[in-house]
This record gives sequence, C-alpha cells and structure tokens, in this order.
Amino acid sequence: MTELFNLVIKSAFMDNMIFAYFLGMCSFLAVSKKVSTANGLGLAVIFVLTCTAPLNWLIQKKILDEGALSWISSDFTDIDLTFLQLLMFIAVIASFVQLVEMIIEKFSPALYGSLGIFLPLIAVNCSILGGSLFMVQRDFNIQEATAFGFGSGLGFWLAIVALAAIREKLKYSHVPDGLKGLGITMLLTGLMGLAFKTFIGMTL
Amino acid sequence: MSTEVKEKEVIKIKPAESFLSKRRRKILVDPLDDNNPISIQVLGICSALAVTIKLEPTIVMSISVVFVMIFSSLITSLIRNYIPVRVRIIVQLAIIATLVTLVSEFLKAFNYEMFKVLGAFVGLIITNCIILGRLEAYAMGNKPYDSVLDALGSSVGYAWIILVVAFFRELLGSGSVLGFKVFEMLGWYSFPTNGLFVDSIGAFIILGLLIWAQRTRNGYIEN
Repeated sequence: MTELFNLVIKSAFMDNMIFAYFLGMCSFLAVSKKVSTANGLGLAVIFVLTCTAPLNWLIQKKILDEGALSWISSDFTDIDLTFLQLLMFIAVIASFVQLVEMIIEKFSPALYGSLGIFLPLIAVNCSILGGSLFMVQRDFNIQEATAFGFGSGLGFWLAIVALAAIREKLKYSHVPDGLKGLGITMLLTGLMGLAFKTFIGMTL
Repeated sequence: MSTEVKEKEVIKIKPAESFLSKRRRKILVDPLDDNNPISIQVLGICSALAVTIKLEPTIVMSISVVFVMIFSSLITSLIRNYIPVRVRIIVQLAIIATLVTLVSEFLKAFNYEMFKVLGAFVGLIITNCIILGRLEAYAMGNKPYDSVLDALGSSVGYAWIILVVAFFRELLGSGSVLGFKVFEMLGWYSFPTNGLFVDSIGAFIILGLLIWAQRTRNGYIEN
C-alpha cells in the first residue's frame, strides 16, 4: 500500500507530466486563464487518466503482447499484436473522452461552454496517451498502473490550477506587448518548473 | 539550422507554379509566420519541447510530422463527405494513428538508434494537437488540394520553430550543433555549458523568448 502511495506522490511531483515530460502542454496553456475552468479540466483529466491507464494495461497484457492471447486458446501463443498498440490505446481514450463530454454537458452546461473545443481535445491531450505509453514502458502491474494514472492526473491538475491562479493575478501587471499571453506564460511555466525541480532530491 | 533554410527555399519556389493562386499561396504561407501553429495558435507545444534537446532527433521529428500531417489531411479531405459528424474524432484519430504507426515501424526498421532516442514521442505525434486541430478546422470542410497546402504550411511552420529551439538548446546545453563541438573547434575549450537548457526549464524559457521576438516583429498582441 505504501508503495502505491509513493508512486502517486512520485508521479504527481517528481515526474510531473508537465514539468518533466512536457505532456499536455496545449490544454495546459490554453485553458489556464481562469481558475474555475482550469479546475474543471484538471478534474476531467484525473478521471480519464485514472480510468484509461488500467484499461489500456489490460489491453496490453491480455491482447497485444506476444503470446498474450494464449488465455483464449493455445493456438495463439505466437501471435504478436504490439503494432496495434497506438491504435487501440487512442480508441479507448477517445471513447472515454466522449463519455466525459456527455456527462459534463448533462450536469454542468456552464463548464461545458467554457471548456469549448478543449473538451474533445482531451482525447489528444498528450498526458493521457503518454500515461498509457509510459505505463507499458515501465512494466507496472495493474494496481501500479492505476496509481500512476491517478498520480499523473493529480500532477496535471495541481500544475494547471497553480498556473491559472498566477495568470488571474497577472492581469494587474504591465507586461510588454509582444510578451503578453503565451510568451509570459511560457516564462512563468519555466519558473514553476524550476520550483518543481526541488522535489527531485526526495527519495521515497 | 541548414534544414530550416532549405525548407524555406522550397516554399519560396512553389508559388512560381501556375496552379498556385494568390489565395492558395496565402493558405500555404500564413501558418509560417502570421498564423503560426505554435507561437500564435498555441498548438502542438508538447512535442515541440520534448524532443528538442538535440538537433538531430528534432529533424527526424519534423520530417515525421510533415509526413503524417500531409497524408492525414489528404485522406480526411478525400473521405470528408462520408464521415458521420458524431464519430468524426475517432475516425480522424484512426487515420492519424495508422500513419504514425507506419512512421514508427519505419524508424524501427531503418534507424533503430533514433527510434530509441525518440521513444514514446513518436507515438505521441498522434496527440500532436496541430494535426487533429487542422483536420477538424480545415480538412473536414475543404477540397483535398487546399487541405494538403494547409497541412504543408502548418507542419513547416511547426518544424521551423522546433528546429530553432533545438538549435539553441543543443548549443547552450551541450555546446554542440548536430553533435559537432562548435566551441572547441573555435578554440574555446572552457565554454560553460548550462545544464538548465538540457532540462525542461531551458526549453520553456527559449520558447518564451522566441515567441516574444516573433510577436514583436509581426505585431501580434494577445489580450
């Protein structure tokens, strides 16, 4: 149990999706103008990541890996379907995002309106596909995969809400014209990344 | 740096051909500067930063993105009238994922070293928002030839930015360009390389400054 908890902390802080791997930058930059919207997107990402990581783990271990199909019949032991990995993962993610979209539209039309195009774009939020790909690379078991998915989502949520809070205050400062918007946000992200780097020294 | 210049030359030669009307030239050239996917539209930043530690993987990445972008636009545009609106995103992703799998298998077969360096980031071309964004915004509603021009413009606009970022990151972080130790060749053996530029932070700061420079030049102001 402690190991799983450590994995959550590690993937949220030390291996933060945004500051360590640059995954999910597009929505991170574009939806971080208001704290409330950023919070909604962050929670949606946590949900999708936590659900898709174990689902994709099952697909990888029970269908795609070499010999993984042997649980159906012993004739399938030499079948290797790993080349279908990207296609399968993205299909699972896209269907999940569509599900989340329907849920949000039903229960919170205001949030639905403010997320706009970025809601369907969660499907191409790199942190979600990246979470699944890293999970396979690092050879997790299913509990670890779920913890990793949840931790990564948590890291994304923390980062996007923190940035949105800074950007709300930024309205009151004088930024050079060319640096307004994206430019100053990139520099801010760099500084926040520097702060997150301090977690690297921690050993769990 | 040399690739970037080469790509720009190709663009300049193209408008001379007669089948490029003024409107089409605008589709092609707009994303290079005034409507750049990275610095103006804020799309595709993830992969722009992740692979830019060294110049060489960045070049491979740029070529892969140009390839995937052009062919996915072409295919989407050809079948756009047969795609049901409700499932369009899954259809588009399936097209992109198929092309990315092609690129990934090709790299695995012909340049395994590079495949290992790029690792998961080849797969992550699927989630490069520029590609899905352009398919959704342009290829779904326009004729194949226009869509290909739009795709070419957007992907080259993406490529030149990541090449510039990679050039500075490799120069300042490792003191080299394409693996050649430039400073040692110039006789400056004690060049202080800065680990911050190999790290993610350097990428954020270089891109931030690049955006500042570009926006000051073309006068784009974001509110």
